[in-house]
Amino acid sequence: MDSLNPGSGTRRTLMQRLHLDTMLLVGVLACAALGLVVLYSAADQNQAVLLRQLLRLGIALGTLFLVAQIPPQFLFRWTPWLYGLGILLLVAVLVTGHVGKGAQRWLDLGILRFQPSEMMKLIVPMMVAWYLADRRLPPRPLEILVSVFILALPTVLIARQPDLGTALLIGSAGFFVLYLAGLSWRLLAGLLGLAAASTPILWHFMHDYQRQRVLTFLDPQQDPMGAGYHIIQSTIAIGSGGLYGKGWLNGTQSHLEFLPERSTDFIFAVLGEEFGLMGILVLLFLYGFVLTRCLYIATRAQDSFTRLLAGSLGLTFFVYIIVNTGMVSGLLPVVGLPLPLISYGGTSMVTLMAAFGMLMSIHTHRKLLPH
Amino acid sequence: MARPITIKDPLLERRMFIRRTVAALAGSLLLTLALIARLVYLQVVSYDHYRTLSENNRIKIQPVPPTRGLIYDRHGVLLAENLPSYRLELIPEQVGEANMERTLDALGRIINIRPVDRERFQKLRRRMHRFESIPLRFHLSPEEVARFAVNRYRFPGVEVHAGLSRHYPYGRLTAHVVGYVGRMNEQDLKRLDPRNYRGTTHTGRVGIERAYEPLLHGTVGYEQVETNAEGRTLRVLKRQDPVPGSNLYLSLDLRLQRAAMAAFGHYAGAAVALDPRTGQVLAMVSVPTYDPNLFVNGIDRKRYQALNTDPERPLFNRALRGQYPPGSTLKPFVGLAGLELGFTTRDSRTFCPGYYMLKGGKRKYRDWKRTGHGFMDITHAITQSCDVYFYDLAHSLGIDRLHDFLAHFGFGRRSGIDLMGERAGNLPSSAWKRRAYHQAWYPGETLIAGIGQGYDLATPIQLAVAVATLASYGQRHTPRLARALALPGDVRPRPLPPTPVQQVPVIDRRHWSTVIHAMGQVVANPHGTARRIRTRAYSIGGKTGTAQVFGLKENEKYNASKLAEKLRDHALFVAFAPVDHPRIAVAVVVEHGGSGGAVAAPIARRIMDAYFGVDSDHGQP
Repeated sequence: MDSLNPGSGTRRTLMQRLHLDTMLLVGVLACAALGLVVLYSAADQNQAVLLRQLLRLGIALGTLFLVAQIPPQFLFRWTPWLYGLGILLLVAVLVTGHVGKGAQRWLDLGILRFQPSEMMKLIVPMMVAWYLADRRLPPRPLEILVSVFILALPTVLIARQPDLGTALLIGSAGFFVLYLAGLSWRLLAGLLGLAAASTPILWHFMHDYQRQRVLTFLDPQQDPMGAGYHIIQSTIAIGSGGLYGKGWLNGTQSHLEFLPERSTDFIFAVLGEEFGLMGILVLLFLYGFVLTRCLYIATRAQDSFTRLLAGSLGLTFFVYIIVNTGMVSGLLPVVGLPLPLISYGGTSMVTLMAAFGMLMSIHTHRKLLPH
Repeated sequence: MARPITIKDPLLERRMFIRRTVAALAGSLLLTLALIARLVYLQVVSYDHYRTLSENNRIKIQPVPPTRGLIYDRHGVLLAENLPSYRLELIPEQVGEANMERTLDALGRIINIRPVDRERFQKLRRRMHRFESIPLRFHLSPEEVARFAVNRYRFPGVEVHAGLSRHYPYGRLTAHVVGYVGRMNEQDLKRLDPRNYRGTTHTGRVGIERAYEPLLHGTVGYEQVETNAEGRTLRVLKRQDPVPGSNLYLSLDLRLQRAAMAAFGHYAGAAVALDPRTGQVLAMVSVPTYDPNLFVNGIDRKRYQALNTDPERPLFNRALRGQYPPGSTLKPFVGLAGLELGFTTRDSRTFCPGYYMLKGGKRKYRDWKRTGHGFMDITHAITQSCDVYFYDLAHSLGIDRLHDFLAHFGFGRRSGIDLMGERAGNLPSSAWKRRAYHQAWYPGETLIAGIGQGYDLATPIQLAVAVATLASYGQRHTPRLARALALPGDVRPRPLPPTPVQQVPVIDRRHWSTVIHAMGQVVANPHGTARRIRTRAYSIGGKTGTAQVFGLKENEKYNASKLAEKLRDHALFVAFAPVDHPRIAVAVVVEHGGSGGAVAAPIARRIMDAYFGVDSDHGQP
């Protein structure tokens, strides 16, 4: 049997009693450590930046630990309330939100600026999983319709803020629950077709800067001063890194300020330039390890709710990775998403760690089952 | 929570879940492989290409500043233009930190580099990136350009750039209207959009250049260039042209401007001419003036000190910011207040014995004519500028009624002209005095206010607006200098929409006619105070005024010749022409000019002559 299965009370290890999962924790910490190394170079060896990131990492790990202590049954009971609250906050942001960089995402709570869309990254898959938990799977058409509504409502609200990156993450997180619940392949193909067909309609509703991003993706040379410049410079940075890279702190593109946003969304290019393909493969391996562990935890979960939730959180983590790396290497359009566990920045890191905390909680709160 | 009970098959569901998870994992692997394929393409297959791009030939984005819009007068005479000029720039990264001082010294031997230039260069260097090009010298002479070209091989990272420099062909004549541009400083960077001003070196400091900065500046363009390792541009890969600034057409008429400036002679003061039908400013001078071209590329400290400490204050825009007691030029407005509010009629007369005393008071308020004017009606009182008539009228009106009526003409409030830094003057009331001095208003102060002295203050632009309003039966236009605008690509300029117009409430148009007629008599009547500017070419309505610079004691006699010039009264004149359908309104203030009729009125006449195309010296069209 599985050695990590908390069999009897006497065989519980310290980690199990702390509701932590060693393998997942090691993977996450390894990614974060690599991230700090790259960030130190990307931030021009600015120690203050490094310290701030360490502080955020500490807060995020604290969050992970706290969330891991919450039993999944408790989460299950509170899910619909959290969902309702989240929708209310999103509406509040749209009505009164603080406008930053031409987009409103923040709700100003006095000293604290709060981004409700951030917590929806967790709440939306929870809500869809909650809705499907006690139903017979695969879901019937009406249940699919309800699930789509549950995930579409916050996605549309966030896309209107407008925050395309987060909307994409939340939409896919909800969608993964449906997929894992056994949505038929035929319907899946149909939904994808529908999404493709609705592109012109979506185009109509997009903001100018969003359209520009899509156009830029299709032809980066068209806007070499704006987003196209980012892509041109990041591909040069990655390409010039070669197989083994230029060496730590030696990236010319990154340090001569040719590469914009190099410590946040475009940090992957710094990794590519300084550590080459080999460095990238190491990171991808670490990511793969974390992803596999997440999905493993999902398959070991004991009920529909935790199983669907864990699976969805793991796959969303992958979406993060592929969207960011695809964007920086010029495969996908520029969508403002950070590279998970590596990019400089606080809010998304905390959310991500909370997700890992949930996974650990799911794995360590399992009931004894007769063998 | 009540939920429908459905029959679930946990084993089946778990098996399906695992199948789905494996499929998702496989999908993820596929996507990752696609990513790795892309990375292999970038980092292995195209490695040489990208390495060359990154190490030998760097792609750089350079801002291309827009060309600043031109400024014309109403007849298309160029008032602000852009002339080609050469500047010397250094890229610190390529010069090298160690060589910097040596390079600057060596450059100083072939090109004149003042300590100011070095100072500014060092200041800019701290603010800009090492790889950015930083200007050291502007306006290189052709000889300097040639000398540098010969020695260029000795100076890696130093280059001569051709650019445009602002020039004001009529310099001093239009300085107080057009203003000037100056080199951008740190405060400017905070105030302006840093993206749009990348590459821009100058911005409007004062005058039209400042007020219309957003229109004149245009939108920055970009050039994507490939440079070699030293940063020298090898070729331009892509160019997005800047959008030049719009050309601005002023309502200013250079001929009137010139006439006004010449008419002032050695006096200091200001003159403003407006079109009462539109509020367009036809002329606006403030003398003495200065050469705005000195400021464009940084005036040296000595010359700036000289301008700044000159007791005549050439940098001070008197037309906009000079606040003078309006003196007797206020009388027509006070008279109109009396007529409109029913405190006097056209025919009622007041006896002027040469002084006025309040009931129960002891103080004698003297008339400028010590022997007195005798019986005066409103027409004669305005024509001869009788003080006693207006002491009496102001006393019956009371200060607050007077304040409210005069406010309609724009006194005590900024005119809203399209220039910055305008002053509001002062229109006193009892409430104002309580606010400003915590004191009650004294009846005697009403008398003084009634002849435009005491607390009354007005700027020349306010006086011009007020007389234009009176002459056009209460139509008060917001004055404006800009008349039309030509966006890039426009074949002809597009006129700007008219400025807001306010109608002063008119109770009886005949009251206004009476006052306007009386102002005509000021010039036309042999007893009028401005009779010497009378001309057969066109009819003029006007009012003279003198503003006391310092007070005289009750029994003192004013003797202009004995007073030092600095203590002499300011001379004022407001006018409009023709009397019936005025097309021009003028206000003239001559500091220490002494007499409005003798000094200020002839200046107004010369401006109006220029407007009507009359030869001033012969009085013939």
